[in-house]
Amino acid sequence: MWEYTKTVKDHFLNPRNVGVIDDADGVGEVGSLACGDALTLYFKLDENKKIKDAKFQTFGCASAIASSSALTEMIKGLSLEDAEKITNDKIAEFLGGLPKQKMHCSVLGRDALEKAIANYRGQAEKKVEGNIVCECFGVTDLEIKRAVRENSLNSIEDVTNYVKAGGGCESCHEKIQKIIDESLGLEMPAKKKVIRLTNIQKIKLIEETLEREIKPALKKDGGDIDLVDVDGNNVLVKLQGTCATCSASQITLKHYVESKLRELVAPELLVEEVH
Amino acid sequence: MNVIYVDNNATTKVAPEVLEEMLPYFNEYYGNPSSMHTFGGMVEHKIVESRERLAKLLGASPEEIIFTSCGTESDSTAIRAAILSNPRKKHIVTSRVEHPAVKNLYEYLSKNGYRATFVPVDRKGRLDLDYLYKNLDEDTAIVSIMWANNESGVIFPIEEIGRVLKEKGIVFHTDAVQAVGKIPIDLKNTAVDMLSISGHKLHGPKGVGALYVRKGTKYSPFLIGGHQEKGRRGGTENVASIIGLGKASELAAANLSDESIKVKPLRDKLEAELLNRIPNSMVNGDRDHRLPNTTSIAFEYVEGEAILLMMDEFGICASSGSACTSGSLEPSHVLRAMGVPFTAAHGSIRFSLSVYNTEEEIDVIIEKLPPIIERLRELSPFWKKAQ
Repeated sequence: MWEYTKTVKDHFLNPRNVGVIDDADGVGEVGSLACGDALTLYFKLDENKKIKDAKFQTFGCASAIASSSALTEMIKGLSLEDAEKITNDKIAEFLGGLPKQKMHCSVLGRDALEKAIANYRGQAEKKVEGNIVCECFGVTDLEIKRAVRENSLNSIEDVTNYVKAGGGCESCHEKIQKIIDESLGLEMPAKKKVIRLTNIQKIKLIEETLEREIKPALKKDGGDIDLVDVDGNNVLVKLQGTCATCSASQITLKHYVESKLRELVAPELLVEEVH
Repeated sequence: MNVIYVDNNATTKVAPEVLEEMLPYFNEYYGNPSSMHTFGGMVEHKIVESRERLAKLLGASPEEIIFTSCGTESDSTAIRAAILSNPRKKHIVTSRVEHPAVKNLYEYLSKNGYRATFVPVDRKGRLDLDYLYKNLDEDTAIVSIMWANNESGVIFPIEEIGRVLKEKGIVFHTDAVQAVGKIPIDLKNTAVDMLSISGHKLHGPKGVGALYVRKGTKYSPFLIGGHQEKGRRGGTENVASIIGLGKASELAAANLSDESIKVKPLRDKLEAELLNRIPNSMVNGDRDHRLPNTTSIAFEYVEGEAILLMMDEFGICASSGSACTSGSLEPSHVLRAMGVPFTAAHGSIRFSLSVYNTEEEIDVIIEKLPPIIERLRELSPFWKKAQ
C-alpha cells in the first residue's frame, strides 16, 4: 500500500476543479491510456492576463489525480510567467510529498502546464525533440536529461520514478545510465566551485535553513522539526507534532527536508530521524 | 469500519479452528520434534498427523510431503531439484503467466546458462498446449506450469499435460498454490512429479508451505542442514504453522464442496451484477475453466489503483492488475500475456472470495462500486471521447 499524505488523499477523494473549460485560453494534453496516466489541463485568463480559472481531467492513479488537482489550485491567480516557474517538485511539495515511485505524476502535471501555456501563446505543438531513449514510454534523451538535472537524479530507478523511462522492457537501461553519468560529469566541476563550508558554517546554515524554509512549511500541517546534531554530513533531526505520528513522515524527511537542505546547504547531506 | 475482504488470492483469514489447534504449540507443547524425550515426541506425533491430513487433501502419501516455509520456497526447491538432478539438460519450460516465484527464478536461470521457454496464453488466458508440446526436446530438464492462475483464476489442464510429459519422461512441477483447497486435486491419478502449496492461501497461517514430491522423483534438497523432513529440508520445523496447515488441509478436504455450493454463486452474482450495472466492463479470462472464487473484471477508461483506494474508503479490499499498485509502470504480466488492451488492463480489478464472505457483503460491493467507476470516468479525459 502506498503511503500517501493527507493532502494527497484529500485531493484524490475531493479533487478540485474537475472538468472542461469550453472557451479555454490554453489547453495542454499529456500522457496516454497506454502509459496508464493522462491529463488534460485547461486555463482561462482574466483581463490582467492572470489565470482566472483552471480545470482538469485525469485518467490515472490517486497521485495523478491529486497532482492534477493540486496544480489547478496552485496556478489560479498566477501570471503565466509565474505559473511557468512551477516545477514538478513544487507540485509534490504542495501535496506534502509523493512516494518516490509516484514522482512521475507530478512531472505529468508540469508537462501539461507547459503545453497549455505553449498552446495559449500559439506556439506550435513542440515536435518530439531529441532522440527516443525509452521505446516503451516514448521518452527522449532531452526529457531524461532535464529530469536528471532538475531533480538531481543519480540512478536509473530515479529516472524511472520521475519520467517512466526504463520502466518497461528495460533494454534502454544502459543508455539511461550513460545520460546520468554524463550529466553528473558535467555537474562535477560546477559543484567543486561551491565553497567548502567549515563545520560551524555548515551547522549554522542548516539551522538557518530549518528555521527559514522548513519549519514554516511543516507547521502548516501541524508538524515541526528539531535539529538534534550534525555528524559529518549526517543531519540528525527529531520530528515533532503531527509529523512525529504521520505515516508519511519518511517521505517528508527524504523528499522535502533532505532535498531542501541539499539544495540550500550542501548536496552531500543525509537527513536521519532520531527517536 | 467493517472490512469486506475479497482479496483471498492474496491471503486468507486463518480459520478459527486452525488457530485453536495451533495455539498450544507455542508455549505449552513447545518441544522440538527431533528430541528424544516424550515432550518432544508429542510434537512429532502432531507433525505426522499434519502430514497425513495434507496428503489426504492431495490424494498423496504422507512420505511424499515436505514441509517448507512458503510457496516460493516450494517452487524454488522443486525447480532447482529438477535441474540439479539432470545436470546435462539445459532447457526449462514454463508459462508466461506464472507467479513471480516461478517466473523470476526462470528469468534468473535464463541468464545463468539455461534456455527458458515461456509458453504463451490466448486472449482468454488459456495455455497454448501445441506451443508447449512443440518446444519440448531431449534437453528439457523441467516443465513448471501453475495449476490455476492467481489473477484470472483460469485453470490449466494439468492432468492432460502430465500425461504427455510422463510419456516423454520430462519432470513436471506445478505451482498449485491457488488451486489447493478450491478445486479437487487427486495426485494418485495425476501425473505430476512435484507440486507446491502455500498455507496462507487456504485459511492456514503464513510462513508455511509444502512441496509434494512423487515417490521415485529425483530430488535434491534446497536447504541443506539437519535430518528434518528426512534430510529433504533442513531446519527445525515451524511446528505451530505446520499443525495449522494440517488442520487447514483437513478443513479444506471436508468443505471442498462449499467452494462450488457457497462461494461460486456469490462470485457469479457479483460478476453478473457488476457487468450489468457498469458499462464498458468485461471479464478477463476463460469463464468456463476458472477457480470458483475468482473474477477479474476490467473497467475501461479508469485506473485500478484509483478504484482500489475509493473502494478502500468503504472497507472493500480487492486487488488490481494495474501498474500503479505494484510500483512498476506496466500492467500485470498476466493481463499483458493475455493481450488485454491497455484501455482495460489498467482498470482491472480482481475479486477473490472465500467461504467467509456473505451475500450482504457482495450486495455492498454491488451497490458501492458502480458510482465509484462513474465518478472516476467523469474525471477521465477519455471517457466522454469514447462515448
